[in-house]
Amino acid sequence: MANLTLLQAINDGLRTAMKDDPSVLVFGEDVGKKGGVFLATENLQRDFGANRCFDTPLSEDGIVGCAIGMAMNGLRPVAEIQFQDFIFPAFDQIVSEAAKLRYRSGGQYTAPLVIRTPYGGGIRGGLYHSQSGEAYFCHTPGLKVVVPSTPHDAKGLLLAAIADPDPVLFLEPKALYRSVKGEVPEGNYKVPLSTLREARAGTQVTVFCYGAMVPVTLKAAEEAAASGIDTRVIDLRTLLPLDEEGVLEHAKSTGRVVVVHEAPRFCGFGAEISALIAEHAIEYMEAPVVRVTGFDTPFPNTLEHHYLPDHRRVLDALERVAHF
Amino acid sequence: MNLTTTQPLQVIQPDGGVNGYDPKLSEAELLHCYRAMLLVRAFDAICLKLQRSGRIGFSIPNEGIEATQVGAASALKKSDWIFPSYRDFGMALYHGVPALEMMHNMFGNAQDGAKGRQMPVHFSFVQPIHFVSISSPIGTHIPQAVGAAHAAKLRGEDTVFLASFGDGGTSSLGFHSGLNFAGVWKSPVVFLCQNNGWAISCPVEEQTASDGFAIKGEAYGIPGVVVDGNDLFAVRKVTLEAVVRARAGGGPTLIEAQTFRMGGHSTSDDPKRYVPPEQFEYWKKRDPLARFEKYLEAAGLLNAAKSEALRKEVEAEIAAAARAAEQVGPPGLETVFSDVYAEIPTHIRKQGEGLFDLGRRRGDAHAGDGKFPL
Repeated sequence: MANLTLLQAINDGLRTAMKDDPSVLVFGEDVGKKGGVFLATENLQRDFGANRCFDTPLSEDGIVGCAIGMAMNGLRPVAEIQFQDFIFPAFDQIVSEAAKLRYRSGGQYTAPLVIRTPYGGGIRGGLYHSQSGEAYFCHTPGLKVVVPSTPHDAKGLLLAAIADPDPVLFLEPKALYRSVKGEVPEGNYKVPLSTLREARAGTQVTVFCYGAMVPVTLKAAEEAAASGIDTRVIDLRTLLPLDEEGVLEHAKSTGRVVVVHEAPRFCGFGAEISALIAEHAIEYMEAPVVRVTGFDTPFPNTLEHHYLPDHRRVLDALERVAHF
Repeated sequence: MNLTTTQPLQVIQPDGGVNGYDPKLSEAELLHCYRAMLLVRAFDAICLKLQRSGRIGFSIPNEGIEATQVGAASALKKSDWIFPSYRDFGMALYHGVPALEMMHNMFGNAQDGAKGRQMPVHFSFVQPIHFVSISSPIGTHIPQAVGAAHAAKLRGEDTVFLASFGDGGTSSLGFHSGLNFAGVWKSPVVFLCQNNGWAISCPVEEQTASDGFAIKGEAYGIPGVVVDGNDLFAVRKVTLEAVVRARAGGGPTLIEAQTFRMGGHSTSDDPKRYVPPEQFEYWKKRDPLARFEKYLEAAGLLNAAKSEALRKEVEAEIAAAARAAEQVGPPGLETVFSDVYAEIPTHIRKQGEGLFDLGRRRGDAHAGDGKFPL
């Protein structure tokens, strides 16, 4: 066990996968000598050579397009998109190609690849270094979408994603890269995809959240506890395919639900959770599902701390739902 | 013979003469090429009839492009990979994909490798050659070919990857990223631009202001060459040179094959609405099949009787394939839900169970009478 930041856990996960499986390649913009703009791939080129970890031209479409071809032809590519905000030139490759290849070829061709990308706000990155675009991708059958929130999960989910036979979009909450630390087992372990994690036990209200919203929610839950609200915090970890049964069990068990995400509200992931509960657990609910989300605006720079859901907004929602 | 980006290489003259050129192909190989071209033409004609009579929904005419398809395919080994466009029937047929397999796809039936999920023409084969699953977006397969090639190169294999696309495809994002990556990585890829003059209804001068397409390779550090796409030997020659160079580690090549689509973009398209009639006249005189027949006749390998017999045999083969494929029923309902992921996730399984249950209670859904593209 080592005490690592989330960023170090990612690096450890990549390193472990590359060591265990010679078909794993890591590439993207500035991931080689520099080790990535956040240093997630630090020293991988030094330790595994330039055939295993290398820089590419500045082209997200090319990075993902090539990754698909590599995956088709026997490799396990782990491509980095420098910021999730820059992934959109590759949207066609992800949505039209990687996600549909198995289906459209009747299983003759597949694309077992991982696209890692830092996402979310909290670093004063403005419109184009802060976005949370998970909803675009969660609308895509054939794709898996994973978001870790702890160093332990970051490594274990990344290793599960790399071993997965289907394409995985691995969203790394950059606000947590260096702000969270935790025990990370050595060697190769996998946190199974499509499983939830109970980040805090509680009986009265369930909060579903993921990524950088998990610590925000935990802080609000502690404050709520002081006023007598016992809050359960569920880290969704994998958004697609979602453990729907698990979500419904938690929702039914407390009868009161809050969903928290950074992304804009309209057609956001919270809408899916809310609809799922409305369709399958309405008779268990004691209060409406409340969403705490980013605003339906682009992501501001100077005032980002007002845009991002914080413990105050989550606490408001907890009280509203608990006292409904 | 100098290979350039502006003067198309030609080997077979319109009269079938080759000025002493030795194609270095046996009689059997020459006749195999000829037969593949006949297969394309027969497949095309029968699919048009099937579409016009409402028995299949869609097809892509290949007439006029056969020499490009077969000439390029003939330069590849079975261990090489083809990342085809949707107008590459001849590449599959040359390499021995059974016409029946292709017809299963045209009907989208239960035997179709893609399980009826795609429109007709969107073939996918892994045998007898990798003929990679076709998607409809333009140019997306170009960087994929480069990635697949990079994988082979890293493993020290000498496999070559051919990516085929049209003149319109050169305007796509994938063309730029694919050629750029291949140039940087010196990937074993042959980029084949089938310049047939038209991207649906848009002529090449509305596609690019550059002097042709082969010259675009230069900006990526990739040799470009233009060739008469209706000349089987010329296409084979330039492709073979590109393949040999790629196999030896010399990197990619961009080939522009100048040819012409004698039919519409698809069976839903009427080219007479936008192609000037004189273009059809011009290219009709340059028909790739007729030109190759003249060569074969001059070489003493073909005569009218043999040609007629072969044509009948090929037409019968395609017609039989169409009849057989039409007899096969649609894919099972479960194929709507399988192959999305390696394992069916719970939410998709439940959606499937819901549909099966609905069918049991209220009867099956009825196929609409919608015809592409309405």
